[in-house]
Amino acid sequence: MATTSSLEGPTPPAQSKSWTLRLRQAIDRHLPMDHLLPDRQPYYVGSWVYVFGVVTIAALVWVVVSGIVLAFFGPQWWHDSRVGRFFNSLHFWSVQLFFIFMVLHLWGQYFMAGWRSGRAATWMIGVVIFAVSILTAFTGYLSQQNFDAQFIAINAKDAMNAAGIGVFFNVLNFGQMYGLHIMLLPIGVTILVVLHIVMVRTRGVVKPIDPEGGVRP
Amino acid sequence: MKSMGATQDEYYRGVHMVPYDLVKELFLALAGVGLLALLAAVILSSPDVAPVTIANWAQSDPVDFVTTATNELAGASTSAAYGNPYNTVGPGQSWGPIAPQKWFGTRIPVDSTNAFVIQPLQRASFSNTDLGSALTTWQGASSDQQTKWLDAYSKALPNATVTDGKVTVADGDYGPLPVMMSNLLGVAQAGGLDGLLVINGRFYQTDYTQPLLFMGDGSYLAGLAADLHLTGSLWGMMNETGSYPGQTWLWLYTMWYQVPPFTSSEGFLGLNSSNADLGIIILMTLLTAALALVPLIPILRDIPRWIPIHRLIWRQYYAPRKAAART
Repeated sequence: MATTSSLEGPTPPAQSKSWTLRLRQAIDRHLPMDHLLPDRQPYYVGSWVYVFGVVTIAALVWVVVSGIVLAFFGPQWWHDSRVGRFFNSLHFWSVQLFFIFMVLHLWGQYFMAGWRSGRAATWMIGVVIFAVSILTAFTGYLSQQNFDAQFIAINAKDAMNAAGIGVFFNVLNFGQMYGLHIMLLPIGVTILVVLHIVMVRTRGVVKPIDPEGGVRP
Repeated sequence: MKSMGATQDEYYRGVHMVPYDLVKELFLALAGVGLLALLAAVILSSPDVAPVTIANWAQSDPVDFVTTATNELAGASTSAAYGNPYNTVGPGQSWGPIAPQKWFGTRIPVDSTNAFVIQPLQRASFSNTDLGSALTTWQGASSDQQTKWLDAYSKALPNATVTDGKVTVADGDYGPLPVMMSNLLGVAQAGGLDGLLVINGRFYQTDYTQPLLFMGDGSYLAGLAADLHLTGSLWGMMNETGSYPGQTWLWLYTMWYQVPPFTSSEGFLGLNSSNADLGIIILMTLLTAALALVPLIPILRDIPRWIPIHRLIWRQYYAPRKAAART
């Protein structure tokens, strides 16, 4: 029987057995709201290099929004409809911008040695996002249902088969490529990007390279 | 090595902080990038060259179609001799003991002779007695006899003529092959083969393995790709039809196909043009892993310290007066 109950209910102990409470405490400890949505930042965060991360996220938003419209109307729609062609074009150019910004972000972080002071995992997740994004775009090119998709499929099968991947990832199977492109891979990229952002916000931006210091993680 | 410290607050202790609006920055980025994408979409549109059908192929280049079908029947096409995952005829690519193509077996079986030639002809022979008797003759002949007909027909095809879409070869002993190939060509030109190879015994179907393999065995599709600058020798996979950017992020992967040892028959350390696909996939896997592990790899992680690009990025921090003023 609880002995500390009141109208508001029992006061939870500091070391609660409640998973919910422990999760909330961990979030409060590692990622309080003023770190997740900061209104102040170090004075040295003044370069345009810092913009590449946020514009990559912005491009991803447009990729997803235009992709949702295309997925809703089906893979054939954009070949026969001017509106569909417009949304395909929006999707196409958003993807191009996404990769341009992501590569600039990657090189920027490399030359800033952004993995220092406990940020190695953030860098590694970033590289995984890059790799999964390439796979997602590849399945998109295979799902175009045009000549480019045909020729890419016929050629890519040799590399996939040589590596033994073709057995599970048949680039000649439109249904499999389309399903991966509009569902599993975008979900994977989005989850990884959210994780990456949480890691960045948890640690904050890295300090400038100290001439006396190293560049170890 | 500087550690992060227990909290972000500790990490930034003593660092001058300035006002910042993350949400505003995100909205401005969304608007700016959205405007860029919108302008590009409206002004430049996007590439969409229509796909090639087997009917297009059979109508545009009937000799190449018949030559490819004859090769399929002879078991001499790329698909017929491919190996896993389609069949066990070819050895597949390997590098020393590394042979993943062999390890995973025949998981997507394709019998190109039957799937691309015999079965479509059997369906077409349902109301065609001439074709039915030609097929009976073919299937009743000995293997040696079939080979003699195929050899003679294959040698005659390079000099074949086309009249009204029909392929004619010089007189010779080809057995039932001219009747069989003429009917297969007719079915293909009418669009029947496109359907037959996709349906593959089902109603709903999204798997184009068979028609793409068949078209890939011919020269017609590769010729169109060469005209559109899509072939491997022209950095293939990263190109796109027209003047549009393709998968430019695959430049490094595609580059390896343009340089030794992957362009050479002799190669280096067992890697050469015959196992280039496997070698390049292994190489790219290692390079991707190295990129992910840069923070742990000496020299690679030291380059940012040696090349002072960071001094441009953080010039405010490194400017002696300003730094002195803030410390």
